[in-house]
Amino acid sequence: MQTQDVTRRVLREHFGVGAAPGQYVVALAGNPNVGKSTVFNALTGLRQHTGNWPGKTVDNAQGTFTFRDKPFLLVDLPGTYSILAHTVEEQIARDFICFGCPDVTVVVLDATCLERNLNLALQVMEITPNMVVCVNLMDEARKKNITVNTDLLKKELGVPVVATTARNGDGLDELRETMYQVAAGTLELYPRRITYSEQVENTVQKLLPAIQRLVGNRLNPRWVALRLLDGDRAFIESIGLHLDSQAKPGVVSEAAREVAI
Amino acid sequence: MKNNFARLSLADLPVGSSCQVCSVELAGLLKRRILDLGIIPGTVVECIRKSPSGDPTAYGVRGATIALRHDDASQIKVSLI
Amino acid sequence: MSATVKPISPLAEVCAEAESIRLGSGGKLGDAIVADIYANAESIVRKVVCQTSDAKSNWDAKLDDVLTSRLFGYPIMLALLGLVFWITIEGANVPSGMIADALFAFQDQLSEWFALAGAPEWLHGVLVLGLYRGLAWVVSVMLPPMAIFFPLFTLLEDFGYLPRVAFNLDHLFKACKACGKQALTMCMGFGCNAAGVVSCRIIDSPRERLIAIITNNFVPCNGRFPTLIAVATIFMGGAAATGYDALVASGVITSLVLIGIAVTFAVSWALSHTILKGEPSALVLELPPYRKPQIGAVIYRSIIDRTLFVLRRAVIMAAPAGAITWILGNIYIGDMSVIGHTAAWLQPLGYAVGLDGFILLAFILGLPANEIVVPILLMSYLSSGFMLEFDSLEELRAILVNNGWTWLTAVCTMLFCLLHWPCTTSLLSAYKESGSLKWTFAAFAIPTVIAFAVCFVVAQAARSLGFA
Repeated sequence: MQTQDVTRRVLREHFGVGAAPGQYVVALAGNPNVGKSTVFNALTGLRQHTGNWPGKTVDNAQGTFTFRDKPFLLVDLPGTYSILAHTVEEQIARDFICFGCPDVTVVVLDATCLERNLNLALQVMEITPNMVVCVNLMDEARKKNITVNTDLLKKELGVPVVATTARNGDGLDELRETMYQVAAGTLELYPRRITYSEQVENTVQKLLPAIQRLVGNRLNPRWVALRLLDGDRAFIESIGLHLDSQAKPGVVSEAAREVAI
Repeated sequence: MKNNFARLSLADLPVGSSCQVCSVELAGLLKRRILDLGIIPGTVVECIRKSPSGDPTAYGVRGATIALRHDDASQIKVSLI
Repeated sequence: MSATVKPISPLAEVCAEAESIRLGSGGKLGDAIVADIYANAESIVRKVVCQTSDAKSNWDAKLDDVLTSRLFGYPIMLALLGLVFWITIEGANVPSGMIADALFAFQDQLSEWFALAGAPEWLHGVLVLGLYRGLAWVVSVMLPPMAIFFPLFTLLEDFGYLPRVAFNLDHLFKACKACGKQALTMCMGFGCNAAGVVSCRIIDSPRERLIAIITNNFVPCNGRFPTLIAVATIFMGGAAATGYDALVASGVITSLVLIGIAVTFAVSWALSHTILKGEPSALVLELPPYRKPQIGAVIYRSIIDRTLFVLRRAVIMAAPAGAITWILGNIYIGDMSVIGHTAAWLQPLGYAVGLDGFILLAFILGLPANEIVVPILLMSYLSSGFMLEFDSLEELRAILVNNGWTWLTAVCTMLFCLLHWPCTTSLLSAYKESGSLKWTFAAFAIPTVIAFAVCFVVAQAARSLGFA
């Protein structure tokens, strides 16, 4: 338990995120213009500070709040359309979700533009099952006569879905509660597996055995295979940079629980 | 006026009309950005408006409005629907 | 680089295999992966989302029809710009006076305490007449306009108007081989150039980002507005019938801003064709739906994040500058203070560009923070050597005219203020963002050269044509 805490702290410090022992780390991801910062501000209020990601000219905002006597550290990731890591922002978001060991990743979606926003949520889901989908801007959707069946969405995705209108504070209590449950591991999560076209699926299967041997349960091997097929050099470097420090005995099994498929 | 139907591009689309993307003939970061925004073969795109000078143009894609410059939009081949 | 990639041979093997498959597919696999994820998203949305009517918020479309129309797009941008300045100038007047009264009343109290404590005259001079007065000036002159300007600006930002500005202006930036998002960084620059420089992060292309960083200084920041507003109100507003002062002054300020924008385009174009040669990269700009701004959050955010941030910085800079100016103004060499000597030495250069030695000195001493230029200037004009406390702009006008100011001095001062070197904070930001001393120097040198050149041409032309 102790080793695990130490390792995770070291990993997070790579990202300039210094969580206190026992504090849950929550990563907040989302497209630009979805009210992500409104959610961030509503959850943390005045208890926030901003800076840069280590060595990068990208804003890094962190804030804290307490829920059910449990301290939370909320890390606002850069607003991106994707985390396939084509830009520095995307790489930061992806690396933090992947290697920063957040206890929960909250993906904020725009209810009026769900297709594009789900694209990001699905990408996050391939990395970690410990996520909460927050469908924000429900009021805007109502104005545009768009209804989102969040119960059905939850079934489709296999992870918790919370509908919010962050600017009015609607749904934020449920969001906190859900974040708490996911962080504490009291919810059962069955994240949807993305179906790929035959061509992609076949090539993934070809690589899978070798990758499984390589990463074990530390990362989702399917996802690693997809990144390699995508020719993502930055990711291969990130593995070298972050995964190495994680490869200590006793840590692997713990990480397996977290990043289990 | 390019009348070659098969080579119609997003930039040729008149305001108010819709089309289906055939291929994204861009490269590098821009191509990935365009794909990430959901402009992929098969996507329906609507030409919403042009800026006061006529360039860039705003397109409706999957519920969002995205502005592209003429040079970039002309590399996205489409077919009318 | 290679040190970060641990040569785990199985990893290298798998990578090699993946790479050969990837190349075998002609690089199409990456695209296929994106398309497949979207196909999943589509199938989910088909099940869970239901749009009852196709009325896709006509309100949005109608607003865009006007705000980005061929006919009204530009006039509305201009009108909004003018309106923001007008509200700022008109609205800041009264609270500025009130804060000044209160702070200067407290100064008298301070002086009394110093006298009671038996403090030496020089200590009273440095701390009260120099440091405290400098602070009082900066707070009373800067706080009200910022507390009005920043919320107004944040309101427009929250509403979703700024991306439309970029949309409307992009073709001009494209013609300069720059990025349309530069318009957004310029908008930020109105608040604070340092913030504007930092916001250049939104531009993807490093070349275009550098152009935006170097030219950001040509939009006047809040630290320079007080100077511009004061001079415009005294020399331009005063020329019209009273009652329209604020209107005329905001007209002058708007024209100045337009000059600054024109210079931005000219310099961006020149950079793109010389030291930052290159083709324009792509623009992918999302136009988000308009949203009703949250007034409370806007005020809170703009006051906390922007106003207090900029004010804190100004105060940190102004306090020592006030003290130093007092010291320089009160140390005599022969029969002139150090300031007097320096100003006399700068006089020929100052005169050539339509200013005088004192004005030029004030701009140089104002390098740490532009907002202290006017107080330093007044302090050095007055033989007593401390910043004066003035009740009205009329008094300020009298001081300036007594020191030989003409309309040409006013015009050149405003132009110089608009175009001259960025403050140290902006330069520091430029260094952090560009990571290069060379480009930071460019961000300093280019505006400096342009300011001198423009003012020189204006002054010489006006004089040789006999206008001044």
